[in-house]
Amino acid sequence: MQPRVTRESIFVATTTKARSFSFSSIMGKGKKSSINGPSTAFSLPPPRSSADHSLSVSPDLIEQSKAAILTADGHHPGLSAPTAAQRKNSTAAVQRRTYDEFERKLEAAPLFVLVSTYLNYFVLILFGHLRDILGKVFKRKEVMLPWSPTLTPSTLVACIFVSGTSRLVSALPFPHYRAEHIYLTVIVYFSDCWNRPITGVPSRTVNLLERESKDYNKTFTLTGSTREVLNFSSYNYLGFAQSQGPCADAVEAATRKYGVGISSPRAEVGTLDIHLELEQLVARFVGKEDAMVVSMGYATNSTTIPALVGKGCLIISDENNHSSIVFGARLSGASIRVFKHNNMDDLRQLLREVISQGQPRTHRPWKRILVIVEGLYSMEGSIVNLPEIVELKKEFKFYLYVDEAHSIGALGENGGGVCDFYGVDPADVDILMGTFTKSFGAAGGYIAGDKAIIDHMRLLNHAYQYAEPMTPPICQQVITSLKIICGEDGTDDGRRRIKQLAENSLYFAARLRDMGFIVYGDEGSPVIPLLLFNPAKIPAFSRELLKRGIAVVVVGYPATPIITSRARFCISASHTMTDIENALEKISEVGDLLMLKVSQTNGRARK
Amino acid sequence: MNPPSSILPSTDGDDLAILNTTFVAISEFILSIPGSAGVLRYIKTSYQDDPFRVVLELILVFFAIQYMSAKKYKIDDNAVKLTSKEIDELVTEWTPEPLVPPLSDQDRLDLEKSTLITGAQGPKPRVGSNQKPLLNLASANYLGLCSSDRIKEKAVQTLREYGVGSCGPPGFYGTIDVHMDLERNIAQFLGVEEAIIYAQGFSTISSVVPAFAKRGDVIVVDDGVNFAIQKGVFISRSNVRWFKHNDVNDLERVLEDIRVEDLVLKKRLTRRFIVTEGLFQNHGDIAPLPKIIELKRKYKYRLILDESQSFGVLGRRGAGLTDLFDIPAQEVDMIVGSMATSLCSAGGFCAGSHEIVDHQRLSGSAYCFSASIPAMLAVSTSEALAILSSTPTLLTDLHDRARLLRSILAHRSLTPLIDLYAPEPDHPAPFLHIRARETFLASRLRDGERAVPREDEERLWQEVVDECANQGVMITRAKYVVKQEVNCPRPSVRVCVSAAHTRKECEKAAGAVKSAIVKVFGRWRK
Repeated sequence: MQPRVTRESIFVATTTKARSFSFSSIMGKGKKSSINGPSTAFSLPPPRSSADHSLSVSPDLIEQSKAAILTADGHHPGLSAPTAAQRKNSTAAVQRRTYDEFERKLEAAPLFVLVSTYLNYFVLILFGHLRDILGKVFKRKEVMLPWSPTLTPSTLVACIFVSGTSRLVSALPFPHYRAEHIYLTVIVYFSDCWNRPITGVPSRTVNLLERESKDYNKTFTLTGSTREVLNFSSYNYLGFAQSQGPCADAVEAATRKYGVGISSPRAEVGTLDIHLELEQLVARFVGKEDAMVVSMGYATNSTTIPALVGKGCLIISDENNHSSIVFGARLSGASIRVFKHNNMDDLRQLLREVISQGQPRTHRPWKRILVIVEGLYSMEGSIVNLPEIVELKKEFKFYLYVDEAHSIGALGENGGGVCDFYGVDPADVDILMGTFTKSFGAAGGYIAGDKAIIDHMRLLNHAYQYAEPMTPPICQQVITSLKIICGEDGTDDGRRRIKQLAENSLYFAARLRDMGFIVYGDEGSPVIPLLLFNPAKIPAFSRELLKRGIAVVVVGYPATPIITSRARFCISASHTMTDIENALEKISEVGDLLMLKVSQTNGRARK
Repeated sequence: MNPPSSILPSTDGDDLAILNTTFVAISEFILSIPGSAGVLRYIKTSYQDDPFRVVLELILVFFAIQYMSAKKYKIDDNAVKLTSKEIDELVTEWTPEPLVPPLSDQDRLDLEKSTLITGAQGPKPRVGSNQKPLLNLASANYLGLCSSDRIKEKAVQTLREYGVGSCGPPGFYGTIDVHMDLERNIAQFLGVEEAIIYAQGFSTISSVVPAFAKRGDVIVVDDGVNFAIQKGVFISRSNVRWFKHNDVNDLERVLEDIRVEDLVLKKRLTRRFIVTEGLFQNHGDIAPLPKIIELKRKYKYRLILDESQSFGVLGRRGAGLTDLFDIPAQEVDMIVGSMATSLCSAGGFCAGSHEIVDHQRLSGSAYCFSASIPAMLAVSTSEALAILSSTPTLLTDLHDRARLLRSILAHRSLTPLIDLYAPEPDHPAPFLHIRARETFLASRLRDGERAVPREDEERLWQEVVDECANQGVMITRAKYVVKQEVNCPRPSVRVCVSAAHTRKECEKAAGAVKSAIVKVFGRWRK
């Protein structure tokens, strides 16, 4: 098939129309699928704006902010933050963008795909029943799942398909639990597609340890050989998963200086100077007064939310929020309500309802309402409609908590996350949370906000009081990679990476759509889900691509809704042009083999 | 009323006629459908001599109608109906409380007095503005592995081979071979079938408990357990029963109560767990494991044991509580531990049978939904375990220092001032809590005070900490999220020993703590 979007066409467009490149001619979907304004990728080298987090502002401004920080607290004076005024005048703030410009409406599956998917589940469950009956007849013990005597469906919800999302309210699509149980037992036969062990650096390529199973994927044994495959599965967005280069060198030095462990919580005697350096840097990078780092991304959410809200408060959470948010929300003891994924009308209606009704039963007014959203949803590839949420925030006076686990570093002109992406003033978001696992190639997470909030966190955050702090080598990895992203290392390496990631993601998604796949994800997202629908295609897709040398993540129910099983591609700045072309070719091949090119608006069907 | 009555019969007749023709038309229409005659005959014959069936099906029809017309179930069915205007008003009226309350005096104290270490953590770190390095009696660096060059070297090697982050959860290409090695090492060290590692020690137990215990299950918990266990127990939504701290008789009473209740109420069989801690972080004492195992067998419970503090420290080999009591580790269903305390790395683990570990790989939320631990840290832990197994002197040194510390702090001059928690001279715990003696506090009450406020007690200990720093020793107050702890312990300082200190250093440090206490307590509230 002749590709309709070529790499060259993008570059031509780039050079000719640097600041208002539109995809509409290619996508044929008009406004919804176009990029306007200063595109994330194609305006390089851009004029450094004052919102630029890389400190290219004039020296006297630095002096001013230094003085401001010195008066605010006694810590490290060498760091400065762009003030609110500077941000307001920045180019991004002037040319605000709205969600509509990036939104891609989710395409519904064609009828025959729907029917075949349900048939597929039917057959699967039929076989499961058969297996169960035979198992009972021949009294094979292993037919039952572990802990099965009192196995409840809730045990299973976060089961077999290990994934990034878990729903707060899980509406069971199966008529009864038994069917679900059977489905999940049958799915065990696909388990070779998950927990694949690796060795070495998970960068552009990844080394898989080959394994085999003699009992239909119940247990595995390593064969001892390894195989290098293209990596479209790791969250290595900016390509900082490296064992050589400036980051690794700095980490080596830090390891020799600080050692590995700390052996005390931050609140007791676990705070090192390197933590403060990192926190100041993070605060400046995201545009907040202060920040606090936690040694684990999951724990950043699960230990912060209980420190913010409690009884008498309300948490309003997007239905696709990550499991750690759900965990933290439940731990907090606050009431929880859920709104439809990224649906602002639903959120508005819910807000009107909850504020007017007050607390359940007593009708007392809520103490606080905290709306929790993610910047970039890791299973959907959708980007939060932040500008509109900020509007709602002004109207309804709730507090806003944005989880930037995937978006920090990966979105926005300066890699500054979803605020940077839309040109929203970070002051409009109360709490910015993010992780270092993804774009920075490290581990852990941060909470950023006003100084008063972070001070409060230092007193009440569970991880700060009880858990081990971030270890110095990990801190150093974040510091160095963050400085590279800001351009403080004196090179344009960071900028190059951000640009490369944006280009790769746009190109990859456009080509997949063009081939006729149904692809989710808003414009600019480095997470690109490709819809598989039929459960049987989940392992098939994963195995076929692996056969062709590509590692990819596949997920199905219960991590996704029953009908929309998917494969997820995580694009990285470390992927080269050849890698991407190569992958696209293989994906197209597998797509033909598995009949996945079913889109009615993209690709061939549109011709 | 003549006109109506005279009209009625005729209309009636008309109506009936219309009805009749309609019926005829319908029945003709139905009969004209091919095969309808057979169906009609079947219905006629099947209902003819079966009044019971007619009644039954009529009831069914009524039930269906009633069911469909019934109100839909709503969670907040006491919602008040409001007009759109009223809602608008309520929305404009509503003002939230500030997101965080203003700082209290105690909060300010905590923030101001936080310790900042410049440079590496270790037995003698540089702290804040102090000129000389302080002797560290505050961190859990029991074995002195924090500053081990062997571990640093190994970590750097790993860095050059694996990079830093794993960039993915274990399920999605985040399982690295070094993780599998570490799991095997831990399992072997403990003597269990398998182990699973988590990326943070604190999050391990609060993920392990809810992975197994669900709504309706029963958890029996010691009321002195640490915060992480409390949170894990809370989030599982199981029925939680507390027993008095380390009181086996009370545990038996609770278990017996539950058994009787189950018998009386004929409850269905649920999963049942006993959760306790090996070496209590908040109290410094040790759980009576043999007796607990006996009870767990008798009442058919599963035992979850948190060895965050005891792993690597207790027992002949340092394998924790089971090693100390010489009980096979398989007797405990789940051993949860931290790799961030004595092993000086980061992360946590849960060890048990294959079945238990496999279950967590699918439903341990902090395992499934979090990126796996960086390879460097996993290798550091493996190396720390290797050092621990190959250097038995570490443990003998540690126990020697602990005995020394206890003997000094048990000095006569301190007896009226403080209580030591776990004071027995041969107690194997490498740390102890020191709390002010109640009689001492009572002697310093101000007029009109019934008890010394918690805040003042915290200040007292902070002064001791500061005085120690002046004398070249770093200790710390035990920190808690006071409002969220189930049974928040009284303010204390936690003094930890380390095998990295020489006898002389340890003696000096303990002496400094002693004299600081005497000095500060002497002048307090006078």
